[in-house]
Amino acid sequence: MTTPTSPVSPTPWVVRRSSLASRIGSGALVVIGFALFGVPQVFGTNIVQQLTSLLIFLILAVMWNALAGYAGLVSVGQQAFIGFGAYGTIFMTQQGIQPYLAMIFAAIASAALAVVLSLFVLRLRGGRFAVGTWVVAETIALLISLDQAIGGGTGTSLRGLNAYPRQVRIAYTYWLTLGFTVLLLLILFLLLRNRAGVGLQAIRDDEEAAASLGVRVGRLKFVLFVLAGFGCGAAGALTLANTLFIQPQSIFGVQWSAYLIFMVLVGGLGTFEGPIIGAILFFVIQHQFADLGAWYLIGLGLIAVAFALFLPRGLWSLINDRLHIRLLPVGYHLLRRSPDASANDRGKPNP
Amino acid sequence: MNWINAIVQGVFLGGLYALFACGLSLMFGVMRIINLAHGDLAVIGAFGVWVVDTQAHLPPFIALLPVLPVMLLLGYLLHRTVLARSLRSGPLTPLLTTFGVSIVIQNALLQIFSPDVHSLGSLTGSISTSSWRVTSELSVPYLGVLILAVAVLLLGSLQFTLQYTGFGREMRATAQDPEAAALVGVPASSVYARATAIAVATAALAGAFLAIHSTFDPSSGPTQLIFAFEAVVIGGLGSLWGTLLGGIVLGIAQTIGATVDPQYSILTGHLVFLVILASPRGRFVANRSAAA
Repeated sequence: MTTPTSPVSPTPWVVRRSSLASRIGSGALVVIGFALFGVPQVFGTNIVQQLTSLLIFLILAVMWNALAGYAGLVSVGQQAFIGFGAYGTIFMTQQGIQPYLAMIFAAIASAALAVVLSLFVLRLRGGRFAVGTWVVAETIALLISLDQAIGGGTGTSLRGLNAYPRQVRIAYTYWLTLGFTVLLLLILFLLLRNRAGVGLQAIRDDEEAAASLGVRVGRLKFVLFVLAGFGCGAAGALTLANTLFIQPQSIFGVQWSAYLIFMVLVGGLGTFEGPIIGAILFFVIQHQFADLGAWYLIGLGLIAVAFALFLPRGLWSLINDRLHIRLLPVGYHLLRRSPDASANDRGKPNP
Repeated sequence: MNWINAIVQGVFLGGLYALFACGLSLMFGVMRIINLAHGDLAVIGAFGVWVVDTQAHLPPFIALLPVLPVMLLLGYLLHRTVLARSLRSGPLTPLLTTFGVSIVIQNALLQIFSPDVHSLGSLTGSISTSSWRVTSELSVPYLGVLILAVAVLLLGSLQFTLQYTGFGREMRATAQDPEAAALVGVPASSVYARATAIAVATAALAGAFLAIHSTFDPSSGPTQLIFAFEAVVIGGLGSLWGTLLGGIVLGIAQTIGATVDPQYSILTGHLVFLVILASPRGRFVANRSAAA
């Protein structure tokens, strides 16, 4: 994994990991990340709550993209983990665990659930995986709605958080959400920069070719499936903390998958930056148009289909193809080393 | 006796699931894609029959006749507009686009017909309620026999078409190797479009029988897709008679679950599906490539 940049090399190309843009981009992201921690000190609870839901969307989009964009696993059943994280939190607070601690445990429990479920669903590929995960989500939803102790089919609310004053509770929830977001982005970033990342991008491009070159497809898929289980479980627990009330039909609803597919397709499938853009865009769209009900969802569906057909790499590809910018250095670039700086010296991304 | 009755009812319910599953199985066999909008297309069919039924005051079985050609056309157009392009951009795109189409259909139906639950059962007269009483606890419903017979007939004619007709040969050739088929003058896109048309029409037929058998509303599609998928996987992907068997296994699982407690019905079906998936045979089923 060392970059061959020795100056005696006779080729006019150098391999670069980062560029000016990615240095500025990642620097800016780190600054934004730190700045976001200060939001509850400055803004009111309404804005903090809105930001929390934006960050939850962001976690979900990033996790779904990790599955679909890199491991080639289109899941229609991530709501299984969202719901499991939320109900896990309810269950653990009933056992007397402090709510915020329960949320973290619930996320870990969701990762454990993903380990178990991987035995079933990772055997499936393509469309079979998609519907298989959906069946699993429905099964878990049915099992939970049978259990009267955690509210049954009518839903339940998270009680333990009433102990905190409203403002403090909203700030804590926000900080925990931001903490999870940063953690998950960091894990994914390190994973993609690692040897595993090269393997994952190879799987994204052609699973069979990657396997024939020695990429451990099964293991990498497993890692991402468990990571996505963890992230979606966390997102579910945080959704509960943000809304305080859940029902099996909505927290296990397949509309989550519709939102995830929309965010990732519009932002850019298989890119690091795409889901972030998609989540922000979806958040704005939801704010503007959610009142339209069915028309809003028809619009979302049509836009998602249009993107899948005509711009499958999403909005980020428009920026990336024109300007060759990557905000985060997760790939390698070829740079032509030309002493007489011609028009060619612009960095070209490695396809 | 209760159990025997549950199994008999399960077999008939399985006929309905096999009816739903055969379009899904056909599309998977020919194109290797799972149409996530399959259940919603079936619900369009059900609403189509309901509209003809209430507007023209025709009994459902006659109202079905004008709906089926419309659904054939709809399937053909679905392929020409969305699927053909999706298939060109890799194996994941059809999943994303059909899921998008499914969301659009559900919400469009919701917008047009409101979330009210409908049923065609009351409009079909005695056939949907009568049954042969074998013993005091075992009865054989007319409708169940009819649905099972239609399912067997449909699967049989699809099997016959695939095996013995020119179009069937074209479908098998395209399923095996689209490029080679194109070289000998069988354009894949045309075969795919016709296969989609047939699959959508069978979905509509299944939707109409669902509407007669029980109830439907704009959001009924996903559940039916899941049942159809379970039937297809339990029976072994890509095999049409296996699909019938899978539907019946699923139907029996659900009715036996319901005998214990009505809320276990669907859950038992899911669990049987997962057990089969996790069994050693499941690996074979899951990875088996289609042999239409």
